[in-house]
Amino acid sequence: MTVMEQRGAYRPTPPPAWQPRTDPAPLLPDAEPYRVLGTETAAKADPELLRTLYAQLVRGRRYNAQATALTKQGRLAVYPSSTGQEACEVAAALALEERDWLFPSYRDTLAAVARGVDPVEALTLLRGDWHTGYDPYEHRVAPLCTPLATQLPHAVGLAHAARLKGDDVVALAMVGDGGTSEGDFHEALNFAAVWQAPVVFLVQNNGFAISVPLAKQTAAPTLAHKAVGYGVPGRLVDGNDAAAVHEVLTDAVRRARAGGGPTLVEAVTYRVDAHTNADDATRYRTDDEVETWRAHDPIRLLERELTDRGLLDEAAIQAARDDAETMAADLRARMNADAELDPMDLFAHVYAEPTPQLREQQAQLRAELAAGQEGAHR
Amino acid sequence: MTTVAVKPATMAQALTRAMRDAMAADPAVHVLGEDVGTLGGVFRVTDGLAKEFGEDRCTDTPLAEAGILGTAVGMAMYGLRPVVEMQFDAFAYPAFEQLLSHVAKMRNRTRGAMPLPITIRVPYGGGIGGVEHHSDSSEAYYMATPGLHVVTPATVADAYGLLRAAIASDDPVVFLEPKRLYWSKDSWNPEQPQHVDPIGRAVVRRSGRSATLITYGPSVPVCLEAAEAARAEGWDLEVVDLRSLVPFDDETVCASVRRTGRAVVVHESTGFGGPGGEIASRVTERCFHHLEAPVLRVAGFDIPYPPPMLERHHLPGVDRILDAVARLQWEAES
Ligand SMILES: Cc1ncc(C[n+]2csc(CCOP(=O)(O)OP(=O)(O)O)c2C)c(N)n1
Repeated sequence: MTVMEQRGAYRPTPPPAWQPRTDPAPLLPDAEPYRVLGTETAAKADPELLRTLYAQLVRGRRYNAQATALTKQGRLAVYPSSTGQEACEVAAALALEERDWLFPSYRDTLAAVARGVDPVEALTLLRGDWHTGYDPYEHRVAPLCTPLATQLPHAVGLAHAARLKGDDVVALAMVGDGGTSEGDFHEALNFAAVWQAPVVFLVQNNGFAISVPLAKQTAAPTLAHKAVGYGVPGRLVDGNDAAAVHEVLTDAVRRARAGGGPTLVEAVTYRVDAHTNADDATRYRTDDEVETWRAHDPIRLLERELTDRGLLDEAAIQAARDDAETMAADLRARMNADAELDPMDLFAHVYAEPTPQLREQQAQLRAELAAGQEGAHR
Repeated sequence: MTTVAVKPATMAQALTRAMRDAMAADPAVHVLGEDVGTLGGVFRVTDGLAKEFGEDRCTDTPLAEAGILGTAVGMAMYGLRPVVEMQFDAFAYPAFEQLLSHVAKMRNRTRGAMPLPITIRVPYGGGIGGVEHHSDSSEAYYMATPGLHVVTPATVADAYGLLRAAIASDDPVVFLEPKRLYWSKDSWNPEQPQHVDPIGRAVVRRSGRSATLITYGPSVPVCLEAAEAARAEGWDLEVVDLRSLVPFDDETVCASVRRTGRAVVVHESTGFGGPGGEIASRVTERCFHHLEAPVLRVAGFDIPYPPPMLERHHLPGVDRILDAVARLQWEAES
């Protein structure tokens, strides 16, 4: 029995202009997260793609470890690790074409790096030497966004603008499970649906918003279900299955590019490390829970699939590790060099032209520097 | 050469014309907001734009201010120049997160790589008998946010000139439209190429010798009226219309105050924490030795905007301005 068949159900007469939805994509997500690794489907996956995903996962894991180590040395103010979530990060970057755009949140450094952003420049926000270290236009990666979900409407606007200009550009916007409770999540999905904007929303459901578990965040059966009310297809995928995330995202990107409108993808994953290095995760979860998820680790899953099928040998595994080690060594060396900062940059990018008021303040700071003072910190 | 008659036009018509001319001149200019398309906006300021330029250029959005401004950010990132309408002053508040965290900061966050040329039109202020939430003067919030320009016209010609400048600006501009002046008329020639004013310049609307009234937007006509009335009392008042709150034109304002030696700041928004405090303080710092009296403020009371039947007691009117002017005879009092 459908809702409309129930006795006394709300049964409005459709207004004259009402049009039924014609998009054949089902709105409701499957009951179980979609999986590829360890299933029959895996045999159909492109071995080259799987090997690329593998190498990127290993690199991503190493990046997370190196960045976390840099916080201990005081080189980074803070680092929100995506250890355990590398499959989502890597698949996000690899599902896009060069002309597409990525809208990452603060946790998505890896996605930005996998898309080509310089590993050091991706860390300037967290290092504290500037807010965004890279030029967003170079690799079409928006600045890592700290206020939750606020980057989602930007992705919609950009995708909409691209379509108005006749470009077949897709925007992929990333958000956490906690971020789905924000108003901007709702407004972005609604705008995207009404405008049929070529946007894909990727929710990384890693179980927690700092300390708050999903059950205290939403009463929805899954976050993918949220799509239904907007008239947007919702997809549920195993976020630790790199092949599955890549496939689902690639489909959604293709659909958006073809004019099919937005998709909401929920990737079910787990945050193995604490929220950031500054957080104490033992206050809100058990070691048992973490261990269960470690058994479902994205690198292990993919490695098993590839080795079982003879697509990856010890040498290839070692090669991936060596490559990651080289990247980490380079990152370490460059992060250990002191950043050179120009205090006059404080005024450089507030407006296209500094206001008279800023010019006065600029002159004040210049004089202070000339006098050898350390500004207000003397 | 044919001469076109200089006819009276309303401020609303000049604003519409400014958007129309900007849209015709630059295909990147897009107008979006609630009811801006078919209806032409609740104040009809976007009247005819959807018809002339199509719904892709003048778009009725879903009813969500954060969404409107947030999507405008993305559109600007992709090279468009969105002109966003917030339906009423107090309904811009849901968009403040986008405004403060992104619109105002994107250039700065990206070291100049990603400027956002967005114009945010906000009908503001009281005096039109609007019910709750339809009469706020929110300029202090905008002024307190680095990265935003804040502009407000008081004449029909300025409405056109400043809006063209705002749309042409590579920085975000909060364009405050004094609701109660929408239907005010001036002689204005909409057929001649219009003057585009640089943002950041104040103008002396009326010159005088005995004191300066520093004001903007809806309070400009009130100050001009007060200046006329003051003649009977032997006061020759100068009226400075700021036009731009950010950047602030210290030069024009201070030159005037140095000439007159006395100043009153007049605006509708609250006095405490309001723009007048900043302005009085700037003037005092720069013109202290020229001042014959403290810089006074005539502002709205420090209350939530009152119901329409009481608003006339709240809004700074001619009498209250004249009282302040009388108090400028400081030595005589002390
Ligand atoms: C608007 C806003 N409110 C609060 C915060 C502080 N905060 C930072 S991360 C976080 C939890 C976010 O959880 P989730 O969206 O699930 O993403 P995750 O950190 O798990 O990747 C909070 C509350 C913020 N960044 N932005």
